[in-house]
Amino acid sequence: MAMPATAVSDRIAELLPPGGFPLGLIDADGQPTDAGGVLNPPPPEALLELHRRMVVGRRFDTQATALARQGRLAVYPSSRGQEACQIGVALALREQDWLFPTYRDSVAVLTRGVGGVEVLSMMRGEWHCGYDPYEHRVAPQCTPLATNALHAVGLAHAARLKGEDTVALVLLGDGATSEGDTHEALNFAGVWNAPVVFLVQNNGYAISVPLSKQTAAPALACKGVGYGVPSLLVDGNDAAAVFAAVRCAVERATAGGGPTFIEALTYRVDAHTSADDPTRYRDDAEVQAWLTRDPLARLEKHLRATGLLDDERARAVQEEAEQVAAEAREGLSAEVEVDPAALFEHVYAEPTENLLEQRARLLDELAEEEQS
Amino acid sequence: MTATLEPRTAGTRPGTEPGPAGTAAAPRPVTMAGALNTALADALAADPRVVVFGEDVGTLGGVFRVTDGLAARFGAERVFDTPLAESAIIGTAIGMAMNGLVPVVEMQFDAFAYPAFEQITSHLAKMRNRTRGRVALPVVVRVPYGGGIGGVEHHCDSSEAYYAHTPGLRVVTPATPADAYRLLRQSIECPDPVVFLEPKRRYWAKETAPLTADGPAIDRAVVRRSGTDVTVVTYGGTVGTALEAAEAAAGEGWDVEVVDLRSLAPFDDATVAESVRRTGRALVVHEAQGFAGYGAEVAARLTERCFHHLEAPILRVTGLDVPYPPPKLEQHHLPTVDRILDAIDRLQWDDEPERFEGTGEGRA
Ligand SMILES: Cc1ncc(C[n+]2csc(CCOP(=O)(O)OP(=O)(O)O)c2C)c(N)n1
Ligand SMILES: [Mg+2]
Repeated sequence: MAMPATAVSDRIAELLPPGGFPLGLIDADGQPTDAGGVLNPPPPEALLELHRRMVVGRRFDTQATALARQGRLAVYPSSRGQEACQIGVALALREQDWLFPTYRDSVAVLTRGVGGVEVLSMMRGEWHCGYDPYEHRVAPQCTPLATNALHAVGLAHAARLKGEDTVALVLLGDGATSEGDTHEALNFAGVWNAPVVFLVQNNGYAISVPLSKQTAAPALACKGVGYGVPSLLVDGNDAAAVFAAVRCAVERATAGGGPTFIEALTYRVDAHTSADDPTRYRDDAEVQAWLTRDPLARLEKHLRATGLLDDERARAVQEEAEQVAAEAREGLSAEVEVDPAALFEHVYAEPTENLLEQRARLLDELAEEEQS
Repeated sequence: MTATLEPRTAGTRPGTEPGPAGTAAAPRPVTMAGALNTALADALAADPRVVVFGEDVGTLGGVFRVTDGLAARFGAERVFDTPLAESAIIGTAIGMAMNGLVPVVEMQFDAFAYPAFEQITSHLAKMRNRTRGRVALPVVVRVPYGGGIGGVEHHCDSSEAYYAHTPGLRVVTPATPADAYRLLRQSIECPDPVVFLEPKRRYWAKETAPLTADGPAIDRAVVRRSGTDVTVVTYGGTVGTALEAAEAAAGEGWDVEVVDLRSLAPFDDATVAESVRRTGRALVVHEAQGFAGYGAEVAARLTERCFHHLEAPILRVTGLDVPYPPPKLEQHHLPTVDRILDAIDRLQWDDEPERFEGTGEGRA
C-alpha cells in the first residue's frame, strides 16, 4: 500500500494554494473519479476494510445515540455522515502513529482499537477518559476546541528529536479552525517541520453556527498555506479519498516533509449532540440533500459494482456490527460504578496530605450515611 | 535527522524514571539567575529527556539570561527558541511530555503567560487525572514574576493565586539562590507539572552556598529565622523583606520567626501550623494584591488549625488591590519593612495582661 513519498510530496507542494474543488476518488454514485492524479486509489483490500469498519462504526454510533436517548449516556455527539473521515483517518494511520481526537470522534477511536465501552466512558459520566492512551496511541478525546492540535505537534516534534518514525494526526472541526490554538499549532508545525497531520472535518456547523459565519476564507484548507503548511481539500464523504490523502500526508511526514493540512468536506447529519435541537438553525431539506451523498452507501455501491462486495460478505459485516452494538449495549446496561475515593488518587503522582485529609473526611461522611 | 536524545526504553512510561540529581560544585557567590542557570545546565547534563525552550531562550539566553549559554553547550535540539505563542509553548510541551521528554519551558514575563492559561489549567493540570495516572506530564513552567524592578505594565504581575487554585499543579517559588537551584532541580525531577515562579527582584541577589538538590523536599516550607513571638509566613520576593523586618523588630523587642513557604501548592500545613502554634501570632506577607489572594488561604487554614493557640487574628500585609502600579509608584504597592512592623504591632500585644487578669490563666 506504500506510495512513492517524494513524487507525492512534490505534487502536494504544487497544491499551494489548494485547488478550488475537493479531491475525490469515488463519486456519490459510486463511480471512480480522477483526483487529478494526486491521490493514489487504495487497493481493493483497503477498500473492503474501509467498508467493514464504516458499517461497524455507523452501527456503533447509532447505538450510542440511542443509549443517550435512554439516559445511559449523559450526552453523545454523533458522527453519523462523517464515517469516511472517522474510518479513513483511523485506518490510514500506522500502528506507531498517534491520533488526537475530539469529542466528535468516538468512531475513529473505536476503529483504532479502543473498546466500545471504554470509548464512551466520559460520555457516560466517568471522571476519566476510559482508556490508556499509550495502548493504542490515542490521546484522550479532547473537548476544549483546538487545544489538542498543539499536543499533536509537541508529540510529533518529540518523535523527531528522538529519531522515532511516528506521525501524529489531530482531528479538528471547522469551528475549531477559528481558535487561536489551531493557528499556533500550524505555525509551530511549519517552523519545526513536525511530522504532523491536521485533519479538519468540515461538517458545516459549529453547534448552530454555519461555516459562512465562521470564516471568510474561501476554503479552510487556505489556512495552512499562510503557515507554509501544504494543504489539501478532499471530499470528506469519500473514504477512499480521505484514506489516500492521510496516507500521503503520513508518508510525506515520515520522509521528513513536515506537516500537512487536510480539509475534508463532509456534513453533520445528526444534531450537534443528543442535547441539541438542529431545527432551530437549519432546514431539513439541507440534511436530505446531504443524505444522497452518504459516504457508506457510495462505497458500498462502488464495491458491489466492482464485484468486491457480495451479499454474503455484506451480511457478515452487518452481523459483526450488530455484535459490536450489542456489546456496547450490554456494557452500558449496568450503572457506572463510582468510587468516591478514586477522585483523589490521580490528581498528583502521590496524593497530597491535603487530599488525603479530604478523602478521609469524605469516607467518614459516607460511612456515617451508611449507618443512619 | 540525527537523534540526540536517547529513546526511552521500551515499556517505560515518561515521567517514571527521573534522572539523578547531581550535586554541583563547591560554594562561590552566585546570583539567583546564575543558580537557576546552573540548575538547568546540570539537569540537561544529567537527563537526556530534558529540553528547554521558550521565547528568546536560545541564542539570547532569555531576557533575564537564565538560559545563558545553554543552547551553545547542549545544542539547538535541546535548547531552542520558539515562535511567539505562549499557548503553543505549553501545548507542545504537553505533547512532548506525552512522548517521553521532560520539557522545561519559559514564559517570558508573568502577564504574558496568560495566553497559556487554558493549556495549563485544562490540560497540563488535569491530564494525569483524566487518564487515571497513565499519562504523566512532568513539565516545568518557569515564570519570572512579581515587581520591584521598575517594570512597566504587564511585566510585574504576581500570578500565583491563579495557579495555586488549580488542582493538579504544583506551584513553587524560591527566595534564595541556593534554594532556587534546589527547587528547580526538584521540580524537573517531579512527576507532576510544576509552575516555577521566579521572583524577578531577587534574580540578582547573591548568596554563597553549595548548590545541591539535597535538603528540604519540594513540598516543604522552611523556617528561615527562628523566633518566639510571631510567625511571618511569606514566600518568593518578600522573604528577604520579612527577614529585614525581623531584624528591625528585634530592636523593638519582638522575636520574629520567618517561614519561607517555598511550595505554595501543596501547602505545608505541618511546618507552618507548628510554628504558629508555638508563637501564637501570625502575619502573612506577599506582594500580590490581597483580595482573594494567596494569603487569604494561608490565614484561613491557620485559623482552622491553630485557633486555640492564637493570641490575635492573623493579619495580612499584601499589595494593593490595584493593577500593578508604574515604576514611580510601585513602592506604595509593595510590602515594606515598615508595613510589616506596623502589622506586627497590631497583633494585640496590649490585650494580653487584661485577658490574663480576667481568666487567671497563664500563657503557654
Ligand atoms: C474552547 C472551547 N470553546 C467552546 C466550546 C464549546 N463547544 C463545544 S463543541 C463546539 C462547536 C465546535 O464546532 P466544530 O469545531 O465545527 O466541531 P463539530 O462539533 O462540528 O465536530 C463548541 C462551541 C469548547 N468545547 N471549547
Ligand atoms: Mg463542525
